[in-house]
Amino acid sequence: MNRSTIDLWVGVFVAIGFGAILFLALKVGNLLTLDRSPGYRLEANFENIGGLKLRAPVKAAGVVVGRVERVRLDPKTYDAIVTMRIDSEYEFSKDTIAAINTSGLLGEVYIALDAGGDPQMLKEGDRITKTQSAVVIEKLISQFLFEKASEASGKDQGGGQPAPAAKGAEGAKK
Amino acid sequence: MPAELAGGLAYWLRRLGGGVTGAIAQLGYVARFLLAVLWHTPAAFRRIQLTLREIYFSGVLSLVIILMSGLFVGMVLSLQGYETLKRYGADEQLGILVALALVRELGPVIAGLLFASRAGSAITAEIGLMKTTEQLAAMEMMAVNPVARVVAPRFWGGVISMPLLAALFSGFGIFGGYVVGVRLIGIDAGAFWGQMQAGVDFWPDVTNGIIKSVVFGIAVSLIAVFEGFDAKPTAEGVAGATTRTVVISSLAILALDFVMTVFMFRGAASA
Amino acid sequence: MSPTAKPPAPRASSGIATWRAEPETAAVQLTDVTFGYDARPVLKGITMTIPRGKIVAIMGGSGCGKTTILRLIGGQLRPQSGEIRVGGLSVPDLDPDALYDLRRKYGMLFQFGALFTDMSVFENIAFPMREHTDLPEELIRDLVLMKLHAVGLRGAAQLMPSELSGGMARRVALARAIALDPMLVMYDEPFAGLDPISLGVVGQLIRRLNDALSITSVLVTHDVYESLKIVDFLYFVSEGRIVASGTPEDVRASHDPFVRQFVDGAPDGPVPFHYPASSYRDELFADAG
Repeated sequence: MNRSTIDLWVGVFVAIGFGAILFLALKVGNLLTLDRSPGYRLEANFENIGGLKLRAPVKAAGVVVGRVERVRLDPKTYDAIVTMRIDSEYEFSKDTIAAINTSGLLGEVYIALDAGGDPQMLKEGDRITKTQSAVVIEKLISQFLFEKASEASGKDQGGGQPAPAAKGAEGAKK
Repeated sequence: MPAELAGGLAYWLRRLGGGVTGAIAQLGYVARFLLAVLWHTPAAFRRIQLTLREIYFSGVLSLVIILMSGLFVGMVLSLQGYETLKRYGADEQLGILVALALVRELGPVIAGLLFASRAGSAITAEIGLMKTTEQLAAMEMMAVNPVARVVAPRFWGGVISMPLLAALFSGFGIFGGYVVGVRLIGIDAGAFWGQMQAGVDFWPDVTNGIIKSVVFGIAVSLIAVFEGFDAKPTAEGVAGATTRTVVISSLAILALDFVMTVFMFRGAASA
Repeated sequence: MSPTAKPPAPRASSGIATWRAEPETAAVQLTDVTFGYDARPVLKGITMTIPRGKIVAIMGGSGCGKTTILRLIGGQLRPQSGEIRVGGLSVPDLDPDALYDLRRKYGMLFQFGALFTDMSVFENIAFPMREHTDLPEELIRDLVLMKLHAVGLRGAAQLMPSELSGGMARRVALARAIALDPMLVMYDEPFAGLDPISLGVVGQLIRRLNDALSITSVLVTHDVYESLKIVDFLYFVSEGRIVASGTPEDVRASHDPFVRQFVDGAPDGPVPFHYPASSYRDELFADAG
């Protein structure tokens, strides 16, 4: 085992080792796909952000245009304030709607931007006024059951059984 | 209480106390040893050949077992993961599952355990044997510091090799997962890679995996060189030291993994 | 022969470390040295003088502390009391740098050689040269070949230690010990486990190198026969003390019971045959009745 053989193999080893790290960083991870271009910040208030996480994508027409940068609670209105960083090559009108969607039933939560027709564009630090909070499954279910219950009690006005149905709705709300 | 019981209790308390102080003293001893190794590091790198040689023996010679194990682990992950994900209709998430499991945990940990048992035990045996045959004493008498010449290069050889091996383990594992998931099972290649890229972030996933493997490398290398250097200069002494290296390194890896995971990934759960 | 016969008294040392300045100064002087591990005392007051340029043997049974004396001279151990002076310098008081410098002037032959198993014979001998000098490779090559030639193994330069016989390994280790032309060479059991021919070879080499290179040699051994052939003076150690000393002629003619038992190889004498135990009669009949 002479010196040059060892040097050669060590060199190969270190090279493929770093290659593996690069592979993990670029192909597996998303090192370079992170927005390189400096963006501008926008804010939006939501009643409920659901499962929105930091660095969740902000999409318009399904295309990723930015990331969620910060989430905090407004101490006065108890709304959630979400700060997003948008790619500087995209501009959105002042009447853009920001909605919190889920991709698929169990997929990731993201913010969808729906641009409007206002000629004025949002700038750094502006707030999106029109927002749509996340859909919370529990509220949907209890709402559905409540509607069903009111329908049922509305149908048999005379002598139906509104109580059990209402009770059922109560139970579902919990 | 009866005298015998009190005596027995006192005996066990004394042994416990002695054990605890002994363990703390040992910890201090190991810490001083680490400082000595670090102190002599410049010497190890001035004679870069020494360290290169150790990287060869720890790293290059571990390649086969690391790559093969990585491949198999990735393939099994893919198989098992698919079965479970299919039940929730989330089988397209297989790429993320395999990648995150490997990069965050399995890569550093399993590569660390394999490294400890292959390279760690070899280092301990080598140093222990040199101590038994008085080669270390001979070096000392020739005014050559054995820590600088024998211990430090092996320590750094291990520390440098570990992260590279862990990355190679993860890389091969992901490749194995791809082979099974896309080629064998039939998941869409685009979904596999695309979901993976979206779900695996360089920071914190890849970098934390790298940090873990560096920490494991330091732990395993330190334990290996220490046990070898501290071994009783007999055949049984070296054998015992080699076993201790593997056992203590493995436990250290698992314990450190838990501690680091708590710090690294608790933030990911909250918004 | 009296138990305390000393070699010619040395002149008082003035503490200068260089050799050439005081040729009559004792190379090594131990004065009333005690040493022990925790509670167990190993050396209980050793006084010995090793004159420059001479070969001195330290003899005794196994475990009597002979190797400990070498370690004390080499600075690997610190005595609990007493003085150890090498060339006038007090070894236990040296700081690491000074000890380092001192050790560069030592050569040591370990039991069974202690060659570096991952290097060839050539590289083993070149090791101290490469570590401590800036000599160019061509010069080192010549020096290594010279040392190997001196021990008769120039042709074995490219062998690995695992390919050497016991006697050859010992000779290579000897060549390594004198690689930097030391002032003091210590031999730890140089004759252990050798065949008769190798015994003769090693003994002769020790004597010849000592005279040719004007070095001082300390031999720790229990091989009486070979030692008497080559040394200038002997010390006998038993249970941590010096029990006898003298020149080879003194030793051969001695009537001291310990020396006699050692030289004659008698199984019983001052060093008892039986390990301390209770009366044989009592132990045999212990279970009766």
